Amino acid sequence: MSTTTLDGAWFALLGGVFGILVVASVVGTWLSGRPLAADGQATVENLNARIRAWWVMVLVFALALAGGRTGATVLFGVMSFLALREFVTLTPARRGDHESLFWSFFVFLPLHYWLVGTAWYGLFTILIPVYAFLFLPLRSALNADTRGFLERTAKIQWGLMVCVYCVSHAPALLMLDIPGYAGHNAQLLVWLVLVVQMSDVLQYVCGKLWGRRPIVPKLSPSKTVEGFVGGIAAASAIGAALWWVTPFAPWQAGLIALLVTLLGFAGGLVMSAIKRDVGVKDFGAILEGHGGMLDRIDSLCFAAPVFFHVVRYWFTP
Amino acid sequence: MSLSSRLISAACIAALRVLTGVRAQWLGCGPASQPRIYFANHSSHLDGVVIWSALPRTLRAHTRPVAARDYWDASPLRRFLASEVFGAVLIERKATGHARGQVLEPLFDALDRGDSLILFPEGTRGDGEAIAPFKSGLYHLARQRPAVELVPVYLDKLHRVLPKGAALPVPLLCGLRFGAPLMLADGECREPFLARARAAVEALRG
Repeated sequence: MSTTTLDGAWFALLGGVFGILVVASVVGTWLSGRPLAADGQATVENLNARIRAWWVMVLVFALALAGGRTGATVLFGVMSFLALREFVTLTPARRGDHESLFWSFFVFLPLHYWLVGTAWYGLFTILIPVYAFLFLPLRSALNADTRGFLERTAKIQWGLMVCVYCVSHAPALLMLDIPGYAGHNAQLLVWLVLVVQMSDVLQYVCGKLWGRRPIVPKLSPSKTVEGFVGGIAAASAIGAALWWVTPFAPWQAGLIALLVTLLGFAGGLVMSAIKRDVGVKDFGAILEGHGGMLDRIDSLCFAAPVFFHVVRYWFTP
Repeated sequence: MSLSSRLISAACIAALRVLTGVRAQWLGCGPASQPRIYFANHSSHLDGVVIWSALPRTLRAHTRPVAARDYWDASPLRRFLASEVFGAVLIERKATGHARGQVLEPLFDALDRGDSLILFPEGTRGDGEAIAPFKSGLYHLARQRPAVELVPVYLDKLHRVLPKGAALPVPLLCGLRFGAPLMLADGECREPFLARARAAVEALRG
């Protein structure tokens, strides 16, 4: 991709997203004016907090995309940093891991995003799974603290993989050369983020409206079969309806949207399992109503890498 | 405060936010401008600055971290930060003989000027797990300046950001909790008071 082309598709996408936000804000304000029971009021308050946070997120995302590939890379780099900071906070490490963590935050993370920004695909795919994977345990081992060594090493590597490597596949979409689609890759990034996030929102909405049967009660009591089916179906339909901003045919767009929403659901489940394991409800409190950065992007962590490779395998020469 | 000090202070506060994501939780009291002694557990060189930077800007100018001269006077950069940016009160930790009685003098001076202090009564950094017994300085300050409020503060996870012996920091979400102010009770002796103050910090661990 050379430069981003500004065309009608952009205005339609932006207009659509801001239109949804305006409608959501109006509905939220209307709901908060209605007499409700205490738990209903709490739900509406949380809903409005989420909508306010969505405004901020959408504006930041739009501004970053206006900055082209650099803007998108920096934005996702910052998101990775915040997510990794939350992850490391909840997975206690010992003094012997301090230097490995420093390398993760201040060497591997920036280096990896530099590879995204400069479109160095070969090293981008192996820096963290190969070089960080081999170097970080060595650095920890040099501190000669062997207690829980394998577990500690695995946690650091897992944090880097999920918070940095997986997330970075979203801005990495900008490095793909898709025939007949030059200059439009940023729209593919918006499509992915939109479908994944709409799936989360619609699963939440459908669950609140019709949710009865919990899907994995031990993991996450708020995820229901009704929310899952309704949210995934609606978000896949949105993905298919937006086929015209992608290089896909309508049926392909629908199928790929179904794939990324299912992966997003999987990401939410796995991250819930981690939260249960360490005994917290949210990873952080950076986004009002949403919890932490990692709570917001857990679905993207799982959807982005697979989506990237689906596009790269079938839609690039 | 000169412009350069102000810029450096803003940069330090921004860097601390990135490293610690810290948000002050005022559990037992709110921010107030009367002279106070904030006393906290101690596990990293960043502790004093973290508390200082979490205060509202107007209070920051009149709140001074108490720090060890042997560390903060050891290089030109540290000396500059301590005196020009954070307004630290430096004290001798290893004073002997006659000087021992004078150690707290700069602290009394600061309180008498209407400043607040940030103090680490353990006297040295711990490993972040146990809180060491408090040294007697806090008791002497409380006895001789009974009007000053003593506010317990708990710093959570700072030892993981910059542990003892580490030169470089790691970013982590830290906690900072302010408890309810204490006063020295009538006729309260040194040991029970110090134990009570330590328990007040411990209670904020949550």
